[in-house]
This record gives sequence, C-alpha cells and structure tokens, in this order.
Amino acid sequence: MNGNELTERLLSGDRRALARVISKIEDEDPQTPDIISELYQHTGAALSVGFTGPPGAGKSSIIAKLIELFREEDKKVGVVSVDPSSPFTKGAILGDRIRLVDHFLDKNVFIRSMGNRGHLGGLAGGSRLAGLAMEAYGTDVVIYETMGVGQGEVEVASAADTVVLCLQPGAGDAVQALKAGVMEIADIFCINKSDHPQANEAKAEVRSTLEIGHELDPDAPMPSIIMTRGDTGEGIEELKEKIEEHRASLEKSGELEKRQRASQREFVVSWAANKMQNKVQERLQRGDTKIMERVYKRELDPISASEKIFEEI
Amino acid sequence: MPEETTRVVVAKVGLDGHDRGAKIIARALRDAGMEVIYTGLHQTPDQIVETTIQEDANAIGVSILSGAHMTLVPRIIELLEENDAGDVVVFVGGTIPKDDIDKLKEAGVGEVFTPGTPTKKAVEYVQEAVSAS
Ligand SMILES: Nc1nc2c(ncn2[C@@H]2O[C@H](COP(=O)(O)OP(=O)(O)O)[C@@H](O)[C@H]2O)c(=O)[nH]1
Ligand SMILES: [Mg+2]
Repeated sequence: MNGNELTERLLSGDRRALARVISKIEDEDPQTPDIISELYQHTGAALSVGFTGPPGAGKSSIIAKLIELFREEDKKVGVVSVDPSSPFTKGAILGDRIRLVDHFLDKNVFIRSMGNRGHLGGLAGGSRLAGLAMEAYGTDVVIYETMGVGQGEVEVASAADTVVLCLQPGAGDAVQALKAGVMEIADIFCINKSDHPQANEAKAEVRSTLEIGHELDPDAPMPSIIMTRGDTGEGIEELKEKIEEHRASLEKSGELEKRQRASQREFVVSWAANKMQNKVQERLQRGDTKIMERVYKRELDPISASEKIFEEI
Repeated sequence: MPEETTRVVVAKVGLDGHDRGAKIIARALRDAGMEVIYTGLHQTPDQIVETTIQEDANAIGVSILSGAHMTLVPRIIELLEENDAGDVVVFVGGTIPKDDIDKLKEAGVGEVFTPGTPTKKAVEYVQEAVSAS
C-alpha cells in the first residue's frame, strides 16, 4: 500500500491504516515525512494529556478509568503507552495493555504500545507523531503514558498540554520526582492508591514541596493535588475535571498557544538535530576517516574536527 | 534507517490462572530483540485480534492449557482473515494432544509447542516465520 492510500484510509477513520502508519513512524520508514505532511493539517484540536511517574504508581490503571469517563461523553480516545526497551537487545515487554483490557473491543478507543528504542526523555522517538496520527484519525483525546523510569522524563510536557504526575504513597516518590526534575513539569499531582495508610502523609509531603516552589515563584499557578484510586476509579472524576479546567485556563490565558508554539519549535529543532547527527555519523563511516586519525594522534583537537565536519555537510 | 522491529502479541486464553508459560516465552522473545505486547490472562479471540490490529503485530503467540484450543484458536485465525490480517503468524504453546496439533496446523496455525520444547526453538520459529511472511 502506498503512502497516499494509507493516509486517505487513515483520515477516513480506518484503524488498520492508523496502525500501519504508526509502524512506519516507529521504523523511520522513508514514507513517514510525506505521510505526516498530509496528516498535519488535520491535527491541533484534540485534548492531550500526559501521565508520568514511577512504574507501579498506577498510571495505566488511572488511564483506564479516565477513558471510561471520556467514553461516557462519546469522545474518541487514543493512547500512546511507552515502556523501556532493553538497551542490549532492543527488545521490550510492553505491558500497559493489561490494565486497559476493558477497552480492547471498543472501536472508539485506539491503544498503541511502544518501546522507547533508546530514545531519551520518557517517550519513544515516534510517540508524538503517533499522537498526531491518532488525532488525524479522529481521536478527541490523546493520552500519553511515559516509561516512568529514571531521570529527565520531561518530553511529555511538550507532547501534551496537560501533564499529570502520578505518585504512590510510602515510596518516597515525591522526593525522587523532585530530584529527577519531573515535578516542575507537572500541572496536576495525583496521589494514587488513596487506600494506602500513608496516603495523607504523601499528600502533605507533596503539598509542602509545592509550597516551597510557590514561595520562590509566586506567579506560577499552584498545581492541584488529587487523591485517586486506579483500581476502583475513586477520584478520577475530579482528576478529569482538573484536567479540563487546566486546559481551559491555558486557553483563556493564551498560555496554550505559547506552549504549543514552544513545543512545535522544539520538535523542529530536535528533528533537524537528529538528522544532522545521522549525517555526521554517516560522514565518519564513509571511508575517509583521516580526520579521526588526526584526532586519535592528537594532531587535531576534537572540537576543530567537528567544526570541520559540520561545515562540510 | 533502522529495520522493522518484529512485534509479537503474547496472550493467554482460557480460564486457568497460570501465565508462567506465556511469561517465559515473552521474555525469550524480548531477549531475541522483539517487542512483545503482553495482554495478561483470560483473553478472548476478539480481544487478541483487535490488539494485534492496533499494535500492528507480526505474530501472535497463544498460550493455552485449558483444553478449549479447538474452538478458540481456529476462531483467532478466522477473525484475522476477516480483518484482512491473514498474514499474521500464529503459534500456540500448551498441552495439546498430537491429533489436535495436526488439525490446528490445518486450520492455519504455524507451529505448536508442547511443554518441554526449548524456548529457543520457539524463538527461532518466530524469527523465520515472520521474515518469510
Ligand atoms: N491498592 C491499590 N492498588 C492500585 C491502585 N491503582 C492501581 N493499583 C495497582 O497497582 C499496580 C500497578 O498499576 P499500574 O496501573 O500498572 O501502574 P503503572 O506502572 O504506573 O502504569 C497494579 O497492580 C494495580 O492494580 C489503587 O488506587 N490502590
Ligand atoms: Mg503502565
């Protein structure tokens, strides 16, 4: 099937075409740029929400309950769920679907699991484009779930308009999140497993951390803290309200456009940078390694060498 | 350009609550560089096929112990065909009697692995079958 036919089918709401397009995005198929250029004009209106937080906090469970609420309003939902790939074999076990099983047969819910395939930032290299493809296909809501491991999982903030940080009691999560720099990107804090005996403590801990931040920067809005239960759905309605309120306030203040512009800009820069990096790698692999030999022998310093290569390409 | 990554749905059908076999094969496939979409216990043929479509998987590994294989597995193949996804490789792991193995293969199952088969064999099978399809 050629790219044109695929995009047409995707735009008409064919889920198999959407599935194929996402694979092409993930595999960096040469048809991808053309496909995206066709789809892009059909995007921009969906509500996008990102969930981040440590593994086991309950992100997937909460997403499952949230989908239920969006489906009651007859909204079409897309989910992009990312799990880590093995850095050694590139393989991955993608297990987020286990919690989403109630939605498997709903034709208005499209779920895609992704391995990060070495991409840094908490999402997969193709996650944002996959989200765009889902929008073009017709989803009213796009939900991203990050891998939830390690530091610097902040890319979700540029993929989604609203970021929910999910934490669980008793794990010292708040402190860890603060260290990892993900607290700053959260618009809403979700203390999940509110049935846990230390849930209130966790809430207090997060609140006091946020208050310190608020004192240092009084202009920034104080994020809401919500207690939820991913297993029963308790608190998820409130979470949904807060998500929608947040989105509405972004729109009203003009912040939404500012954020989206920054995110599009960032995407353009990172795409170009990635391309450039591949070009440099190619240039170094292509036979002529004289320049590297000179670096190895300390005749040429590495910075001058890269300036030279940069000028050449 | 990176090559296509093989994606496999590993699903457990039937009523029993053991998914050890499914977990072992999932790990082995991951260690061989594949992406395994693991969906948990008690999956129905419809759920498995819909997952395969959305995830654009190349293969399905069905783990089954409970004896309902002669209805459930052919139903998966039927649904794949109905959905224009007949090229998806289907393999089965479980306690399947010899006679039924032949029948399942006739119905379109690529291979059946009974308990005791080294996981390496299953991994090799998936690699070969996917690159041939
Ligand atoms: N007790 C309790 N368990 C929960 C709650 N929410 C989720 N869980 C369980 O926590 C585990 C991890 O949930 P999951 O959604 O997969 O977390 P994720 O890794 O952040 O996506 C699962 O066993 C869930 O059933 C909750 O509110 N209370
Ligand atoms: Mg999860």
